[in-house]
Amino acid sequence: MSAHRTARGGRIERTRKLRFSFDGTAYEGLAGDTLASALLANGVHLVGRSFKYHRPRGILTAGAEEPNALVTVRRDAARETPNLRATQVELYEGLEASSQNCWPSLGFDLGRVSDFLSPLFPAGFYYKTFMWPRAAWAALYEPLIRRAAGLGRAPSRPDPDRYAQRYAHCDVLVVGAGPAGLAAARAAADAGARVILCDEQAEPGGALLDGGSAQIDGLASGDWLARECAALLANPGVRLLSRTTAFGYFPHNSVGLVERLTDHRADPPAGGARERLWQVRAREVVLAAGAIEQPLVFAGNDRPGVMLAGAAQSYLRRYGVRAGTRAALVTTTDAGYLAALDLHAAGVAIAAIADLRPSASALWADAAKRADIPVLAGATVNGTRGSRRVTGVTIGGRTLACDLVLMSGGWVPSVHLFSQSRGRLTWSDAARAFVPSQSAERERSAGACRGLYGLAAALADGAAAGLAAAKACGLAGIAHRHEVAGEEASREASGAAPREPAAGTGKAFVDFQNDVTSRDLALAAQEGFRSIEHVKRYTTVGMATDQGKTSNLNALGLVAARLGRTVPEVGHTTFRMPYTPVTFGTLAGSARGELFDPVRTTPMHDSAVARGAVFEDVGQWKRARFFPRAGEDMHAAVARECRAVRSSCGIFDASTLGKIAVVGPDAAEFLNRFYVNDFSGLAAGRCRYGILLREDGFVYDDGVIARLAPDRFHVTTTTGGAARVLAMMEDYRQTEWPELAVWLTSTTEQWAVIALQGPEARRVLETLAPGMDLSSAALPHMAVTHGRIAGVPAMLFRVSFTGELGYEINVPAAHGRAVWEAACETGGQRITPYGTETMHVLRAEKGYIIVGQDTDGTATPDDAGLAWAIGRKKPDFVGKRSIERAAMRSPDRRQLVGLRTREPQCVLEEGAQLMDRPGVTPPMRPVGHVTSSYASEALGHSIALAMVAGGRARIGQTLYLPMPGGEIEVEVTKPLFYDPEGARLHG
Amino acid sequence: MLIIPCPYCGERPEIEFSYGGQAHLVRPPRPAELSDEEWACYLYVRENPRGRHSERWRHLRGCGRFFNAIRDTTTDRIAATYRVGEPPP
Repeated sequence: MSAHRTARGGRIERTRKLRFSFDGTAYEGLAGDTLASALLANGVHLVGRSFKYHRPRGILTAGAEEPNALVTVRRDAARETPNLRATQVELYEGLEASSQNCWPSLGFDLGRVSDFLSPLFPAGFYYKTFMWPRAAWAALYEPLIRRAAGLGRAPSRPDPDRYAQRYAHCDVLVVGAGPAGLAAARAAADAGARVILCDEQAEPGGALLDGGSAQIDGLASGDWLARECAALLANPGVRLLSRTTAFGYFPHNSVGLVERLTDHRADPPAGGARERLWQVRAREVVLAAGAIEQPLVFAGNDRPGVMLAGAAQSYLRRYGVRAGTRAALVTTTDAGYLAALDLHAAGVAIAAIADLRPSASALWADAAKRADIPVLAGATVNGTRGSRRVTGVTIGGRTLACDLVLMSGGWVPSVHLFSQSRGRLTWSDAARAFVPSQSAERERSAGACRGLYGLAAALADGAAAGLAAAKACGLAGIAHRHEVAGEEASREASGAAPREPAAGTGKAFVDFQNDVTSRDLALAAQEGFRSIEHVKRYTTVGMATDQGKTSNLNALGLVAARLGRTVPEVGHTTFRMPYTPVTFGTLAGSARGELFDPVRTTPMHDSAVARGAVFEDVGQWKRARFFPRAGEDMHAAVARECRAVRSSCGIFDASTLGKIAVVGPDAAEFLNRFYVNDFSGLAAGRCRYGILLREDGFVYDDGVIARLAPDRFHVTTTTGGAARVLAMMEDYRQTEWPELAVWLTSTTEQWAVIALQGPEARRVLETLAPGMDLSSAALPHMAVTHGRIAGVPAMLFRVSFTGELGYEINVPAAHGRAVWEAACETGGQRITPYGTETMHVLRAEKGYIIVGQDTDGTATPDDAGLAWAIGRKKPDFVGKRSIERAAMRSPDRRQLVGLRTREPQCVLEEGAQLMDRPGVTPPMRPVGHVTSSYASEALGHSIALAMVAGGRARIGQTLYLPMPGGEIEVEVTKPLFYDPEGARLHG
Repeated sequence: MLIIPCPYCGERPEIEFSYGGQAHLVRPPRPAELSDEEWACYLYVRENPRGRHSERWRHLRGCGRFFNAIRDTTTDRIAATYRVGEPPP
């Protein structure tokens, strides 16, 4: 047995030894240990290097608030978890842990040089030092800083574990299973409430796990704990969740819990979830989150071996570990005395008790004296000694040798969840802390988390809160009374405000995790920061992953003193979720890889796959981008597909287009009010190109609208716009024009759409649909008819997005693939499948815009060259009033034009900026930008579309694109490159 | 996540709904008669209260209907929901 381990006591299993390693060295611990207690049992205090100065750091606390002892635990290359608090890592056989933020080793870290150069790194040094030259920030400073100042490394391989997610509903959620939480859960459950009780530790009990001599209801506290847990577990209405942290409090009593299922096991079961996210919706919440012990601010308070007194007491009582052989206590509480006396009784020599309060409690001073411990009342700590472990502490100018310094700075209520719930905090002089005052949710705090310390008080408060919560759920219960005998000195508030250490005594840390010293805070105040939120951002105090659990209040006290104000006057910063870090895996759950987002495929998808199509993502859709043949790259494939459409016939899957059936006696009136176009004159069997504006006058969507019958329209939208156009239609239908009799139905997925485009399209279709009259007289451009195609009832549109003779065959989705295959077979050599890339080139050759590519939410119909579509005689339509504003008709607005490069094969970059003069250098004001750009196979040169200020008046002029490879000259043209008369369309 | 009582379907979680902005804005029946300022006011000027706010929601992944809600912007408490066309309670 290790010399640091006591002979008996605690909640460890002394016969179950566990081997583990830290930084490659093998150690032995016991079942029931945390990594921190096991390291201390082996005399290991140096466990990490600090964030900014790389100072040696040890274990400060015994719980979730640990700011220093952050380690990486590794199971294999993919299962490597950084930044775990050693105080929360449960030991298992074979555990491999390592320190972080040090190089080449924990003992000798070159980064420590930053500690000695620290005058260069004051508060806000990022902002002050790394300003110039500007370009060096991204290239040099930021990578350097990120490497030097950091925490653990993320694993390099994908996370192989599974993460579960569950929703749960309950009457009463109790957060924290200490005495208050247990009493609350019991009271609520006995009243018949459905209760969820969660606690972050391996077992319920909270402070009771530290044992002690108090008796509850006539039982030793450990026996009482066992009895209560058994009673709760026996109640089918209670769910008791251990290793479960409530990390976030969301509106309407929605609380996020993360349950760690396997991290404590030596051999996690295969296939089981590693962690589970619980999204709990509680009718009532009881917060029993306890309180957090605070460090004291003095020079050298961060050396390994300087530890919170209550933490050292926990290590002794719960884990049977003496954290040192000779200790000194620095305290502002009576509770600190009890810790020191505890350690003294367990064989730890106590060099002295330095009580920073002006007057020590006579009772406790006497007790110390009886144990021959010198008490230095009203003392000042000048500093500590030692490098990788504390070797002495200087109190009132006298240095005492010791290997453990205990700090007892009092407890602060854990109000994190309460504050996240948007409850209002108020300053309590008695608790010397902010405590919950007004709840925003159906919630109540109980026990230490509202500044009520002591076992009896916690039990009474918890029981009352649990009963009140049950009553608020409409249940009746009786008040539980718990008798406490032999209560020990309880947790308590600090007996003194934090004091700024004298200048020149070395660094006194306030925020251990972010390496913020008392001097940094003083500097911030001196530099004029007044708001605590600004001080926080400037110094980064309280901004580390520990959320300032051990630093916020000390920082507030020091800043308030500097500003000559009280702490409540200064106020507090915002508490944010998560309470402790949550893995990405837990938040993502099963929404990763293929399940991250639904994938939508068209009815013809498998056929395109079989033909070797390369796909692109368009929203959730997979669309065939091009169909390469052997040896072809995208450029060659697209060129071939373009030639095929212009010379013969192409076949294209347009099924992803949004489709909305607009039906009813007022369907035409509805569309008249909604789209810019006039539909009153549109005969059944004819189509019109429709443009939809937002009410602010900018183009929102476009598509072909067909009138199938006087009261029935088939509206198509862009692929990406389908859902939002339907939502906008529903908005106007339901809320602005409820008097119109019209019904809207999404039919996007009901129809498969096959486009046949090219001079041979009619001949291919004639063979496919022998019974249909496809002549231009019967079915002119922009007409629609019904018939059987490949034996399937179909709706046939004569429309074109290529400028060629074109048809779009709509068949019920289930028949899509069969009709597609039939068309390909019928077409034989004449027919070529083409993808979205070719579609883009062909439409750009014709100057057909794509909403969202050529327009960007600031384009009016006139800007996009579409003013012709507007129904001039209509008194009103969505967006009409806006496009009549003078600014919307200014001739200087950016207008759609074409561009031709002087060098014909030069393909411009989409998004490139256009200048009206050559050779300009920044700062410069572009006159426009390129929106679409392609190599045109049909024309043998490149083409581009652009939005250019006053563009239509610039046709024939030269513009200039300053590009990294040199300036490019372009000529402004009409946005129409191919077949300007449109003869092919009507062929 | 909020729990929103749809006036047609009852209490449902927020993910079933889409937000629709301030309620009780009526599209002017004859926009052409409005000055630019009046029209801009209709388009862009919105209340941003700290406290009670009448706002539109749509039960998008449910009944599909728009309705109005009175929500406290500081606490997210929903005091009432009511159908389109009904006066705020």
